[in-house]
Amino acid sequence: MSTPVVEIRDLKVTFDTDAGAVAAVKGVSLQVAAGEVLAIVGESGSGKTVTARSVLGLLPETARTSGAVLLSGRDGSDVQDVTTVSSSALRRLRGRDAAMVFQEPSSVLNPVFPVGWQIAEGLRAHARLTREQAREQAIDVLRRVGIPDPEHRVDHYPHQFSGGQKQRIVIAQALVLNPGLVIADEPTTALDVTVQAEILDLLRILPQEFGAAIVLITHNMGVVADLADRVAVMYDGEIVEQADVRTLFASPQHPYTRRLLDAVPRVGGVRLRERGAPTLTSRPVDPEAGPVVRARGLEVTYPGRLRKPGFTAVAGVDLHIAPGEVLGLVGESGSGKTTIGRAIAGLTHVTGGSLEVLGVEMNGVRERRFRPVRKRIGFVFQDPATSFNPLLTIAQCVAEPLVVHGVADSPQDARPRVDELLEAVQLPRAYGDRFPHELSGGQRQRASLARALALDPELLIADEPTSALDVSVQARVLDLFARLQVELGFACLFISHDLAVVDMLADRIAVLHRGVLVEEGTGDEVLGAPQHPYTQRLLASLPVPDPVEQAARRARWDGLRGA
Amino acid sequence: MATDTTPTGTLPEHAPRWKRLPVVHQLRTSVGLQRGMLVAGLVLTAVFVLTAVLAPLLAPYGWAQLRADGELFGSHVEPSSDHLLGTTVAGYDVLSRVIWGARTALYTIVIGVILSIVIGVTLGLLSGYFGGWLDRVLVVVADAIYAFPSLLLAILAAIVISGGQSSMWGGVMATAISITVVFIPQYFRVVRAEVVRVKGEAFVESARVVGAGHVRIMTRHVLRNAVRTLPLIVTLNACEAVLTLAGLGFLGFGIEPTAAGDWGYDLHKALADVTSGIWWTAIPPGVAIVLTALGVTLVGESLNDLADPRLRTRRRAALVAGEVGTTSVVPGGVLAAGPEGVDGLDALEGAPPEILPESEPVSGPEEDR
Repeated sequence: MSTPVVEIRDLKVTFDTDAGAVAAVKGVSLQVAAGEVLAIVGESGSGKTVTARSVLGLLPETARTSGAVLLSGRDGSDVQDVTTVSSSALRRLRGRDAAMVFQEPSSVLNPVFPVGWQIAEGLRAHARLTREQAREQAIDVLRRVGIPDPEHRVDHYPHQFSGGQKQRIVIAQALVLNPGLVIADEPTTALDVTVQAEILDLLRILPQEFGAAIVLITHNMGVVADLADRVAVMYDGEIVEQADVRTLFASPQHPYTRRLLDAVPRVGGVRLRERGAPTLTSRPVDPEAGPVVRARGLEVTYPGRLRKPGFTAVAGVDLHIAPGEVLGLVGESGSGKTTIGRAIAGLTHVTGGSLEVLGVEMNGVRERRFRPVRKRIGFVFQDPATSFNPLLTIAQCVAEPLVVHGVADSPQDARPRVDELLEAVQLPRAYGDRFPHELSGGQRQRASLARALALDPELLIADEPTSALDVSVQARVLDLFARLQVELGFACLFISHDLAVVDMLADRIAVLHRGVLVEEGTGDEVLGAPQHPYTQRLLASLPVPDPVEQAARRARWDGLRGA
Repeated sequence: MATDTTPTGTLPEHAPRWKRLPVVHQLRTSVGLQRGMLVAGLVLTAVFVLTAVLAPLLAPYGWAQLRADGELFGSHVEPSSDHLLGTTVAGYDVLSRVIWGARTALYTIVIGVILSIVIGVTLGLLSGYFGGWLDRVLVVVADAIYAFPSLLLAILAAIVISGGQSSMWGGVMATAISITVVFIPQYFRVVRAEVVRVKGEAFVESARVVGAGHVRIMTRHVLRNAVRTLPLIVTLNACEAVLTLAGLGFLGFGIEPTAAGDWGYDLHKALADVTSGIWWTAIPPGVAIVLTALGVTLVGESLNDLADPRLRTRRRAALVAGEVGTTSVVPGGVLAAGPEGVDGLDALEGAPPEILPESEPVSGPEEDR
């Protein structure tokens, strides 16, 4: 641990934008020792990605940099300042001294070349190698990152690998030149939790097996707890705290770190809706009334193309949602959870079984017959950036359901109700006159909630409403959501991939796996004592934001995976 | 519908309304060479439009005037104080005909552009939104029309409309219709592609969930988001209209001199003069055609460059800039928040507007990723 692999001294990065100069990084100093895992955490816009990219000189043309980034070779010699080095020298040290693992494996790999070729490309850029030698090395590195049958798989194309395998290949690509430093920018964000756990396993062995130091950029505190040796917390372009991982989680010093850790949802943590009695009068829930949603043997099949068989997204699901109840639907990508939500909202056709929504059978329903029911259903979409028409003001967007269903004649006419709704989601009235892009992600998601609640629906479908948000913002939206649910008493289907988030909100939790409902019950039943092996796996692979507990869980997960 | 699709939709920003108009907005954000191109284009276009509108005031004589005070102008009179640009072989005043010709060109542009926008955008919207067999048929037809040379079509239209006997409106309509036919596929393709993209966005689905009908979704949510690139095609369209009108006139299918001023016709008649050393009959209408086409094209080109963030040049940021924005998505700062609960969390994602200054730079993060 003599010389650091990389040393950043007082780095400042400023971008030219249409709105003038924007400072992204304001004087950051960092050191990464050989074989160390340093995690940089912070919310979007905190400058963590820009800091890490500057190590490889990967900033766009509009960036102005000052300060020094001293990158040394593997043996600790040949220290160069990346900010001043010539572009040919920069090309030489990329891959050799430091390599990068990107967030989205499917867009990083070029779909028209075999993966072996793509790995060998890095080799050939740095050394004179014959085709066979390069291939040998590619096979070797693929084996070391855990791709089975590498001699054969080396000639396969990216689409023939699963998401987790693709990320392994991207890591192999980074490791093939044996760099002293690997920068991993949100390496597991695009992956499901069970796959994430496997990739974390791989990243874990890099320092020992490959002797590489890792700079891990992430916003997931669970991943940090699992992997990191040291943590740097960034806020608004500055490092506000740097500490050993156990110290940081045990006794965070800076108020922002404390707030960030508090905001992380935990399984078995606070149940938001049990915190207090409703402040307003709840909607009287009639126990005699039938369920709001009842699915029996629900099947949804997407038609195949070019005479290929269709894809069955939901295969025989039974579930019901009682009035005033929150059902949490969890599952990994491709499990059919979003499809169920869309089927209930009438956005996707039901192809088999029965789905009753507010008394209307959705299998073979006509839009004309379903339209009156629509006003009793609200929908909150996943991505707050695209769920608003960019050319309408927030007030016009929120008024839309009122106008469509004839409650108000025009957006202006609906304004008093809109103001009321905005206040209900704790947005200032004046925000109604702003355009969607002038609101932050969390504010937009709250406005989206206001729109969904405009007609006082009996059923609300929330499709991953917080997964695009930062942790601190997510806490805010979830809190509001729970409050409104208690006050207004709507039934809710809450779809999420995050067990901890669902646990905070739901009365009952349903776990979906490949279109089949594998387990259903209250939060304590499903998450406290999971019965189905899939649920157990899901729960065990979820990294908890506590390094000590996570180490114990990791041992358990290794046991489960072996079984 | 026409009012919605004209290229004067406003950009959602907090600036006075006039500053948000497409061209004005670009003019304000441009720098350097791009700004020069845009300004030059705008000046040329403005001169052209003003000439056309103010023709009765500017032109010393009428377009078909042969005599003043009972006296004939005479043929091929050299430029003088009476006739600043001389007279043509038929004895018309060249300057007057060039000025009146701008008016004819403007008519052609306006009619051609409006017709193609209305038809092209409507078809593109329907085709992209509903898809299915209508979409497939329209795309094939649009591809077929691409292969048509516009001048040939214009000649055909001129013969059909007025039997070759060109009145002013006959010539204008022949050009406008042929331009329309050729440009409908361009508007159609651009709008259709945008509609297909916008249709998949969450806000359109959200409108469907709300229960909005097709017409409402199409007009309120899809259309206005699908016409952003139209100003660029409009300029190309206008340029093509001027050139086709001139081409028709030059080939002899133009407008009779007694009906209106027509640059193409004047050029045609000036062909013989050039060899006999008479420059003043050919150059003015030629220059008018070139400058008009150039002006419109320059506007289009620079709008195109400015619309693309990769081609747009920006003012360089000084390293120690006086006024530097922040990239944090949490204006005011997370630190300002108190303990859990509404009171504390309120400041978590944005201070209320009285604390938040209006000039706060709106979201760097999307820009600088």
